[in-house]
Amino acid sequence: MSSIALNPTGTGRTPVSAWRTPWQAWGLILIVPYVLVFVFFVLYPIGYGFWLARRPETYAHLFEDPIFVRSVVNTLVFLIVAINLKMMIALLLSGFFVQARTWIKWLSVLFILPWAVPSIPTIMSLRFMLNPEWGVINQLIFRLTLEDGPNWLNDPTIALGMAMLVHIWKSLPFWTLILIAARLSIPDDLYEAASVDGATRFQKFRFVTWPSMQTLYVTCTILSMIWTLGDFNSVYLLTGGGPGDLTHVLATLGIRYLRLDQVDLSIGAIVVAMPLVLPLVYFMMKRLSR
Amino acid sequence: MRIPSPREIATEAKLLLIGIPVLIWTLLPIYHMVLFAISPKESAFSGKLWPDNPTLHNFGVVFRQEHFYLHHFWEQFWNSLVIAVATGVITLLIATAAAFAISRLKVKGGRAIMNLALFTYFIPAAFLAVPMYRTMGLYGLLNSQWALILAMVTIAAPYAIWVLKQASDKLPVELDEAAIVDGASPMQLFRLVYIPLMMPSLVAVGTYALLLAWNEYLYAFLLLSKDTNVTLSVALGNFLAADDSPWELLMTTGLIYALPPAAIYYVFRRYMVSGLTAGAVKS
Repeated sequence: MSSIALNPTGTGRTPVSAWRTPWQAWGLILIVPYVLVFVFFVLYPIGYGFWLARRPETYAHLFEDPIFVRSVVNTLVFLIVAINLKMMIALLLSGFFVQARTWIKWLSVLFILPWAVPSIPTIMSLRFMLNPEWGVINQLIFRLTLEDGPNWLNDPTIALGMAMLVHIWKSLPFWTLILIAARLSIPDDLYEAASVDGATRFQKFRFVTWPSMQTLYVTCTILSMIWTLGDFNSVYLLTGGGPGDLTHVLATLGIRYLRLDQVDLSIGAIVVAMPLVLPLVYFMMKRLSR
Repeated sequence: MRIPSPREIATEAKLLLIGIPVLIWTLLPIYHMVLFAISPKESAFSGKLWPDNPTLHNFGVVFRQEHFYLHHFWEQFWNSLVIAVATGVITLLIATAAAFAISRLKVKGGRAIMNLALFTYFIPAAFLAVPMYRTMGLYGLLNSQWALILAMVTIAAPYAIWVLKQASDKLPVELDEAAIVDGASPMQLFRLVYIPLMMPSLVAVGTYALLLAWNEYLYAFLLLSKDTNVTLSVALGNFLAADDSPWELLMTTGLIYALPPAAIYYVFRRYMVSGLTAGAVKS
């Protein structure tokens, strides 16, 4: 918002127009480092990548590979199920965390931990918890039911579900934090007015909270989808793509092909995802660049 | 003391009914890791909530590098640290300069460059990994720590520039005008006015880049491979991949690796939360 207010300043600086030239010169000097980074480490790799994946046979190959097709389906399921579930929980929890209680304040400090610690150690920890023989979860199941628990990571459906849970565990705090900020910015008098009118708690949510949060909620969902497309760790470190390469998503599939020395397929798999990614990116850029 | 009404008790109970599962959900994997780290090898799998004989023995083994997978622990810790600090510093330098040029000096084409940076920010990092890996190979940087530092700067800079530009747009123009009337050059304005005013955002952005690099796994394992130049994250990954890996040592190393970023995060939480959540999604 502030950026809009600043736009007129370009014209407002007329009294110092004599300074324009050195200002422009310094501006160029200061912006060159980033431009160099962009050219050498973004533009060139992207161009080179497209060149490596230029042959049509690559794509014919790709679509004949059942693992690729499976990965696309997994990615879509991951995006649609995990993200929406996560955002809904974040929306609910943000309502819990704005309650004024000392213990809730302390809980919110702890709640950030999954986001503040690196993903590798915690995903390893989760992986051990899910170990069918020695993992704490199956031990517990055995103690309670005297039956063996499921082999969590050996069934592709359960394993993908677990990867989604890992993803949710890791990134839920971040989105909750953003939605808390949004809730706190809603003026109190709106709620007071609603109370005077005798609104129930659900009506307050429906007519006060939701209208002021829905734009942000949609933006967050889309941003989370873009980032989750690149979520390599949740899947790779938990299941390694297995069992039988059935839990790969596009982010890990590229690395699998790279390991098999099929660089063209590796990049091709990403190029194929572009029709999905670019509209989302376009939407976000329209939202954020002003 | 006032006796709470039944209604208040019911509200409190409902809140606890949410709060307790949230607490367990959040802490379980972390607690599990801590439990392994303080358990002796034999009892790590006992399934108890607290070990009978908690011990710091595992930490000693890690610190003295007394296991095959830990022979380079300190070297790898140092690598992680150097790469994280270098990424933080270089990102700050590049991003502050760019944000100043775009937002205050209104450099021509600044808006286009901001859009390019935003575009980069929205490329899922894993998608750029393979092309980046190949490109680093062409540049002859593979297995050099510069490869990882530069890759991390590439990923951290767009967001850093964007957050800094947002913050810097909020500074009043009168500041620049006053500085110019006093005869300040652009660089004096940058050094004496801009940097001090931007400090909170600079802290947030520097911390962000530092943590990003410390936590990175994918790029680190693609770009580095020698036992002596990998980061701790890659070492942990290799550790995990081995069939005979001693879990209690793996968890101990993981815990040691997780502590610095968590500590930094909590120290700078004030800056991080306001700087990053405000920047992450503009409403």
